[in-house]
Formats: sequence, C-alpha cells, structure tokens
Amino acid sequence: MGANEFVNKPHIGESVRRVEDARFITGQGNYVDDIVEAGQKYAAFVRSTYPHARLTGVDTSAAEEMPGVIRIFTGKDIAGKCGGLPAGWMIVQVDGAPMKEPQRPFLAIDKVRYVGEPVAMVVADTKEQAQNAIESVMVDYDPLDPVIDVHKAANGPALHAEAPDNRCYKWGIGDKAGVDAAFTKAAHITKIDLINNRMIPNAMEPRAANATFSRATGESTLYTTSQNPHLVRLLMCANILQIPETKLRVVAPDVGGGFGSKINVYPEDVGVVWASRALNCPVKWTAERSESFLSDTHGRDHHTHAEMAMDKDGHFLALRVHSDVNLGAYLATFGPAVPTYMYATLLAGQYKTPQLYAEVDAWFTNTAPVDAYRGAGRPEASYVVERIVTRCGWELGLSQDEIRRRNFITEYPYQTPVAMQYDTGDWPKCLDEANKLAEVDSFDQRRKASEAKGLRRGIGYSSYVEACGMGPSRIVGQLGARAGLYESGEVRVNPTGSVTVFTGTHSHGQGHETAFAQLVAARLGVAIENVEVVHGDTNRIPFGMGTYGSRSLAVGGGAIMKALDKIEEKAKKIAAHLLEASDADIEFENGQLTVKGTDKKISFGEVALAAYVPHNYPLEKLEPGLDETAFFDPPNFTFPGGTYICEVEIDPATGVVTIDRFTCVDDFGVIVNPMLVDGQVHGGVMQGIGQALLEEGVYDQETGQLLTGSFMDYTMPRAINLPNFRIGTVCTPCTSNPIGSKGAGEAGAIGAPPAVINAVLDALKPLGVNDIDMPATPFHVWTAIHNAKA
Amino acid sequence: MSTLYAFDYERPTTQADAVRLIQAGGRPLAGGQTLIASMKLHLASPSQLVDLGAIPELVGIRKQGDELVIGAMTCHRDVAESTVVREAIPALAALADLIGDKQIRSMGTIGGSVANNDPAADYPAALLALGATIHTASRKIAADDFFQGLFSTALEEGEIITAIHFPIPQRAAYVKFPQPASLFALIGVFVAQFRKSVRVAVTGGGSGVFRHTAMEAALSRDFSPAAIANVATDVESLSSDLHGSNAYRAHLVSVIAQRAVAGAQG
Ligand SMILES: Cc1cc2nc3c(=O)[nH]c(=O)nc-3n(C[C@H](O)[C@H](O)[C@H](O)COP(=O)(O)OP(=O)(O)OC[C@H]3O[C@@H](n4cnc5c(N)ncnc54)[C@H](O)[C@@H]3O)c2cc1C
Repeated sequence: MGANEFVNKPHIGESVRRVEDARFITGQGNYVDDIVEAGQKYAAFVRSTYPHARLTGVDTSAAEEMPGVIRIFTGKDIAGKCGGLPAGWMIVQVDGAPMKEPQRPFLAIDKVRYVGEPVAMVVADTKEQAQNAIESVMVDYDPLDPVIDVHKAANGPALHAEAPDNRCYKWGIGDKAGVDAAFTKAAHITKIDLINNRMIPNAMEPRAANATFSRATGESTLYTTSQNPHLVRLLMCANILQIPETKLRVVAPDVGGGFGSKINVYPEDVGVVWASRALNCPVKWTAERSESFLSDTHGRDHHTHAEMAMDKDGHFLALRVHSDVNLGAYLATFGPAVPTYMYATLLAGQYKTPQLYAEVDAWFTNTAPVDAYRGAGRPEASYVVERIVTRCGWELGLSQDEIRRRNFITEYPYQTPVAMQYDTGDWPKCLDEANKLAEVDSFDQRRKASEAKGLRRGIGYSSYVEACGMGPSRIVGQLGARAGLYESGEVRVNPTGSVTVFTGTHSHGQGHETAFAQLVAARLGVAIENVEVVHGDTNRIPFGMGTYGSRSLAVGGGAIMKALDKIEEKAKKIAAHLLEASDADIEFENGQLTVKGTDKKISFGEVALAAYVPHNYPLEKLEPGLDETAFFDPPNFTFPGGTYICEVEIDPATGVVTIDRFTCVDDFGVIVNPMLVDGQVHGGVMQGIGQALLEEGVYDQETGQLLTGSFMDYTMPRAINLPNFRIGTVCTPCTSNPIGSKGAGEAGAIGAPPAVINAVLDALKPLGVNDIDMPATPFHVWTAIHNAKA
Repeated sequence: MSTLYAFDYERPTTQADAVRLIQAGGRPLAGGQTLIASMKLHLASPSQLVDLGAIPELVGIRKQGDELVIGAMTCHRDVAESTVVREAIPALAALADLIGDKQIRSMGTIGGSVANNDPAADYPAALLALGATIHTASRKIAADDFFQGLFSTALEEGEIITAIHFPIPQRAAYVKFPQPASLFALIGVFVAQFRKSVRVAVTGGGSGVFRHTAMEAALSRDFSPAAIANVATDVESLSSDLHGSNAYRAHLVSVIAQRAVAGAQG
C-alpha cells in the first residue's frame, strides 16, 4: 500500500494516547535493574583514575579477602581469550588506506586510555560488597602525558601503537579541485571557525546489564539497556565471545532513553556475560550516575573551519569544510561513521551549492569514546551550514530569510555534490510557515521593547535538512557499514483476530507500541487495544537493526506495512473462498472483506478464525494460519527538514540568555501520531537548546580528568529554561517507504542549536560581538561582550 | 558509589542525649542533604549518625523581642512559608525559597546549612549580613566570628547548633545569581539596612561568605544602587572555574549587589 492511500485510513494522523504509559506512570515498567534472578550476583568495575598510563600491575589479593567477593577478573584473565569490541564501520582514508583500528578489550590489558576505562571487574554476593571491594583493588599505573586537545593530538604521545600520530583517519568527500576552481571565481568569501561542543547524553535510566548462564544448555541470556539487541548479539557472538548466535539471547526490556548512547556494545555488557559463564551464575551491573558520566559514549566534539564562496548576489558557489573530530580513546560501534558519512553528506543543507568538499581528520584522545548522540553527525553538519549561511547574509547585508531563500533547492529529486539525493521537500513553504508562526513581522517592535528595558533581543534562523531512515543497505555497504540496515516486521494474527506485531526496532521511550498498533489498526480494522507490539528480545523478534537515526517508523514501519500487505492478500484469498467469489473481487476496508458491488461480506476476525480452524478452507492451495514476516530495505534515505526560528532576550549585565520564543516548522512527511511527533520535537529541541546554551563535557587539559562529572557541573536543561514551543508541520510525503514518513526523532536536536546561536549573535552584534561558541552560558556571553568592549 | 558504608544510627529525643552522643564521637545528622550525599560518594564515613530530627526544642520559628529565632532543625520550606519570617525579615523567607528544589527544602535545615558552610550556600550570606548569632548547646557565636572560609566554622568537635538569632533590619534583600548546573549561588548578595549601619554579605565568591565593607561604607552614606555602581571588588580574592572567572564573579558582585539594593528599596 502506498502513502497516498494510507493517509486516509482510520487512526492515521490521530493523536492516540500512548498505550505504554499506563505501565510507566504506575511504576510497573520492567527495566534491566528490576530483573533479579535466583542466585543473583553483582559486578562492580574498577575504573582507571588516569587518562593515560601503562598498567604495571593489578593486585587483587586484598580485595579477594573482602566479604562476599567471589572472583575478580583483570585484563590478564581475558588476554587472548576474548575478542575486542568492534567498530561497526570501516572508513577508507583519502589515500585509500583503511582507518586505524586498534583493539578495545573489555578490561584494560597493558594500558589505560581514558579516565573511567574498566580495569578490573569484581563479582560479589551483593552490590554493596562488590562496590566496597573495588576500593581494595590496588592498581599500579605508570602515568603518561594525556592527549586531550585534538589540535595537539598529532604531536602527543601515541595512545595506540597502530596510530603513532593519534590519527584514526583522514577522510574526504566531494570534488576538491572543483571547489578550488569555484573559489577563484568568488565575489565574496565568508569564513567561520566553530566548535561543536562535547555532549554527555545522560539518559534518565543509567546503563545496566544482567547476564544469566545455563551450564546445561550452554546458553547465555543478556538483559541489557540497548537500542538494538540483535546487533549486540551479533557483535558479541561473532567478534567478541566467538560463540554461535544460538547460545546467546539478548533482551532489551523497557529502556529509559538512549539518545545514541545505548547503541554500543559496551565493556560492561561483555563483562557480565563473561563472568556469568565463568562462574555459572547470574551477574548484574547497574551504572551509578557518576559512572555514566565517565563511561557512556559522549557525543559531537568537532572543531571546524568552513568557507563559503559566493557570487556578488549571494548565490553559493562552493563550500569548503575541514573538521578535526575527537573520537575519544577507542572506536565506538558507530564512532567512525558519525563524523564522516552521517555528517559531511549533509553539508549541502537545503541549498543549491554546486561544489562542496569536506575533509575530516579524526583523532584518538584520552577521553571517553565518542559515538552517536541524538542526530549523530547531522547536528554537526547543520550547525556548520546554518551558522555560515547566516554569516554570509550578514556579510552581504541580506536578511537571514533572504540569504536562505536565494539559495534554496526547489526541484526534486535533487542530487547534492555529497552523495545524497533528496526525494521531496518544500523548503520555501517551511520558511514561510515559520515566519508566520514566529510573528517575525512584529519582531522589530519586540526588539525596541527589550531595548527600552536595557536588554538585547535577537532572532536566529536555522533551515536544516537531515538524513534518516537508515538505510539503504547497498549504499551504506558502499560507505563502509559492516551490517545491513533493513528492518524486519512480523504480523501474527491470532485465531480470535487479535494481532501481535514483532519488530526489529526498539522503543526506549518513543512510543512504538502505540504508533505501530495504529498501523495495524488502520490496515486491518482491529481495535488498537487488540494489537500488541513486541520488541527487544532476540528470541522473539526476527533479526532487525534496532532504533537510532529516526529509522523506526520509516524502515521498521515499512517492514510492518509489507507484512500487512501479505496478510491482506492472504485474508482476501480466504475470504474469497468463504464467500465463494474470486480473489480479485474482494475488497478489504475497515475490518470487513466484501465482494465488490455486493453486500456479501465477512469480518476480518472470522477470516482469522478460519485460517486457524481450517475446516472450510482451500487447503490444497493455501497454507493455514495468518502470520507473515517481511524485511524492508528502503531504496533511499529519508530527508526530514524545516525551519526553526529562535528569539532570545539577553541581559548584557549578566550574560543571561532567555529564550523568549521558539518556533519549529518541520516536514516529517506523513505523520501517524501527531502527539508522538510533538513529543519528539519537544525533546529534540530541548536537547538542542541544552547544547546551545547549557551543556558541555569538559576535560581538564592537563590532568585529563572530567571536570563535568556530575549534575553539579554539567547543566541539564530544565523546564524553566524554556518557553512553550510554537510547532507547525509541512507535509511532502517521502517516496522511499510505504508510509511516506521521514522520521522525527532527531530533528529538534539538529535544527535548534544554530537557530539559538544565530539569535544570540543577532542580539549581540550591535555590541561588537561577532562570534561565540556553544554553550552560550552567562559566563561565555558576558566574556564575549566584555572582550568586544576591550 | 551509591552504597553507604555501614554505620550505627541513633535518634535521641533530648538535646542533652544528642550532645552526649556527639561528644562521644557521633556525627550530627540534620536533613542529610549534604551529609548523606557525601557518604554515598564515600567522602564521609562516620561510624555513628546522631539524627537530630526527634528533638522538639531544636525546631521552630519565633519572634523574641527584637530578634527572630529559628531552631537549627527548621527546614528551608518552613522558613520560606512562615508568616513570622515573612513579616519580620521577608528577604530571609525569600532566600529560603531559593534553596535547591522542593524536596531539598523539605529536608534540608538551617542548622545543617550553617554548620556545613558551603562556599556557595545561601544562608551564610543572610547570617553574616544580618549580624546573626549562632547559638550552640554551650555558647553563642557572632556570625562575624563563625564563618571561617570554605566549609570551616568556629564549631568545635562535638558542638551542635541549637538556634540562630537574627536581629531584624529596617529593610533587606537577597539576590541570587545561580550557577547554571547546580543552582547554588554563583554569586549571591544579601544587603541589610539597620538604623545605624548597612551590612553586605557575598556568597559564591569561592572561598566562603564575606562582608563587602567598601559597599557597606558607600551604602551607609547613600542607600541606593548608584552609590555602589563603582565600588570595586577584589578580583584576586575570588575564584575561577568552569562557570565563571574571578573577573566575571567580581562583575556579578557589583551587578547583583545593585539589584539587591534596588530590591530592598522596594
Ligand atoms: C540538589 C541540592 C541542591 C541544593 N541547593 C542548595 C542551594 O541552592 N543553596 C543552598 O544554600 N544549599 C543548597 N543545598 C544544600 C541544602 O541546603 C542542605 O540542606 C544543606 O547544605 C545541609 O543541610 P542538612 O540539614 O541537609 O544537613 P546535613 O546534610 O544533615 O548535615 C550537613 C553537615 O552539618 C552537620 N550538622 C547538621 N546539623 C548540625 C547542627 N545542628 N549542629 C552542628 N552540625 C550539624 C552534619 O554533621 C554535616 O556535617 C542543596 C542540596 C542539594 C542536595
């Protein structure tokens, strides 16, 4: 079924209340830490207190004598017996060489490379005993100078023997010579330097893992806070433990937020499985918040220089971008892909920029590994594009609206110079709608009113585009992905007509149980309450790739739609038999199967029953049962986009930035549940504003210690930091999936930061401030004003 | 770490019993909002906690002559909501309402906050600017002598605070500029005008609450924001961290103090 027909179905576009919320708000969710097995034992990890050091000895003897301690594992116990944690992507460098890919053992063997790296694992009878015992493990470190700053990485001591200059890769995309040629013809060149600040994700539920083992069958079960349990199983079995998939079941039950930080296979996941197999007992670990700060993957951390060449009318001719990116100490699962294919391929933005060349130097540093964080690469891209575009306008005396409008892509499909082909969109319309919702017409009055109070007011635009719905396996394979990126869906109609859906995607707050039930209810006419969505258990769901990159509805929903096609087709055949008509004459609408042009009909429930009680059934040509699985590999990415407008008021005396209004107009294609989409936009914008104004993961340059290791110093956004958002949508249906949806999970975090910073700079320009880095905290804003005066 | 080391727990019902236990080495426990957190982080590991929460004479708010008296175990929320405090020293009620969040205000106590003397805590600014007296089980200590920089006070081993006595000013105001992450004071300024003097106390500067005597002198002559607009603050005495350099803190002291004076003027 195609998008055009689908949008008119019942429940599509309806804000159905989240069916999962009843269990969450009554405290009946089932999270990993809630799971307690008979004979449960507990693990705690000794973590490196040094950012960079040789490990000269780990003395566990005193700790082994502590009450309740069962066993202590160190790097020595695993060396040579267990594979390292693999990276999911291979990046080929500009000179054709493969990226440097050092090993990452789950316990440090001869060296530690970031503060928080696991050095030893204590297993004890209780959590308290395990945590008390780790303090008695004596680790001898021979400290080395840490590498913290990417700009100094090349000359610092090497983290890994494989990468003597600490560079993992130098990678490029686009036509370098074409860009150079275009720059020679430019009437004006705008340049910018910017930092995309390091984020620490801080999902509400800290990471946790609990592994059980059956010596009788040789099977392990790992309960873990994962966004993609099948991927965990695949990497754990194929690369790390080297056991068949049949010997490991991975369950990601209710998970309280991921934001990319839970797509990784983590050392602790491997640790508990290893320990439970070695000790033949269930072993559980739950992160403390302070461990999360140190050991969850962090996000972003790009240092970028960009230059835009324009003709005299402000038409873009070419964009040249160079980024130094911080990968942290080791390659995380998606680590190498995020600052390359998920970043530079979006640098065309919404604009006809005929030539584009981007180069990325990716560095190892003595900091926590960096991986995807809500938006993963695309926020970094939109920040470069939308900051430089606004600056181009300012330098040429064009408004933020005008510089964008002059350069918008208006014809689709559109092939960018950096691999992407946008299928649909309507950027001018998004901009128009945003201008209206934001009441840009009366901005000058508001600016004057602020000035009368001694405050500065500014307005900032961001017209972002991103790529979601990962994603065509063939393309991502060419780009270095080591896995396919299709999705699976099984629709199992039960004998009485209720429906169980099995999806390879994973919900960790998004509301799949509601949205996917809406798809089934729309197509089969069953009540939403009679649809159950199952996800997160490799023993129950077909092989799938999990949830990240806003792919669940577009790709996972696509698979369910294909399975529903098969269900409908088979149901029609059964109905044709029961109604004594031909298959082609059966129409399926609102749960009824009708013989075209007659009043002969049968309900879907009766068909389901006939499929499972096939007394009167065409057994010679049709199998009994009504249970179909489909895999969907989309032909292209999806391209959500839109315009965000932020208005800020700044107190120049203190540097405090207040967001007065924030407007979002997004094109997400077809929307199944507007309430869920609003929720995604709210959360994404909140995180984007957090990045722009509040959040930054900071390591001490000399000591390599994480200075923002708790909520005392790492500023999480709070409701008080925000106004109510003004939200609008534009719909150009996506052409690469049956629903027509584009994905809404990350847009807010992608679109918001440049809108905020452009607004801050718009407000501060009259004070002589030309630049500011995120987060624009009161201190940073005051410093910028103070320095401009000096 | 979220696990506490094992400890003994006592909950005496009289001040005398509490003092006896504490003098024998027990650690006073008030709202636990600082102490329990530091025990979770294994920064403190007392072997005995003496919970002061069951001693009636340590709780309560009353006006006594020309003083406002607040028992050590009175929680921030009770101070914020008290009509007695709101009438006598409205700035003090407003200050209490700015501490942490609802949960913190319902647990944390004035005695615990004062004994702890966090360099970014709010109450110390009020005590110092109002010239309060700290009553312990054995003596009375003037605020000027009590706060001795960064988490240190005049309290001796085994000594507990029983109440705080505040002189009532003609007018006063507290303005707090929060550190964005913790929402403790990056800079907080308490200004109090008495018949014969003006006192200004600054918290959040880094090494503990202090009086701003230059501002006091200027305000004694002319109680207006303009009077202190050009009064300098010693930059070197303030600290620098992620959330603000000492220059920024010094600048904030000036801006926030002017706002406090404007606030006191009403
Ligand atoms: C999230 C959070 C936010 C906060 N925000 C703020 C803020 O914005 N501003 C602010 O000022 N504070 C803030 N606080 C601190 C809070 O006000 C605490 O209540 C206070 O610091 C300690 O008071 P307590 O009653 O909890 O004392 P406890 O934690 O029980 O004790 C603190 C210390 O004082 C000692 N002690 C307690 N009572 C006495 C007594 N009567 N005599 C002698 N010694 C005693 C204890 O032994 C301990 O050493 C915050 C705390 C948290 C957790």
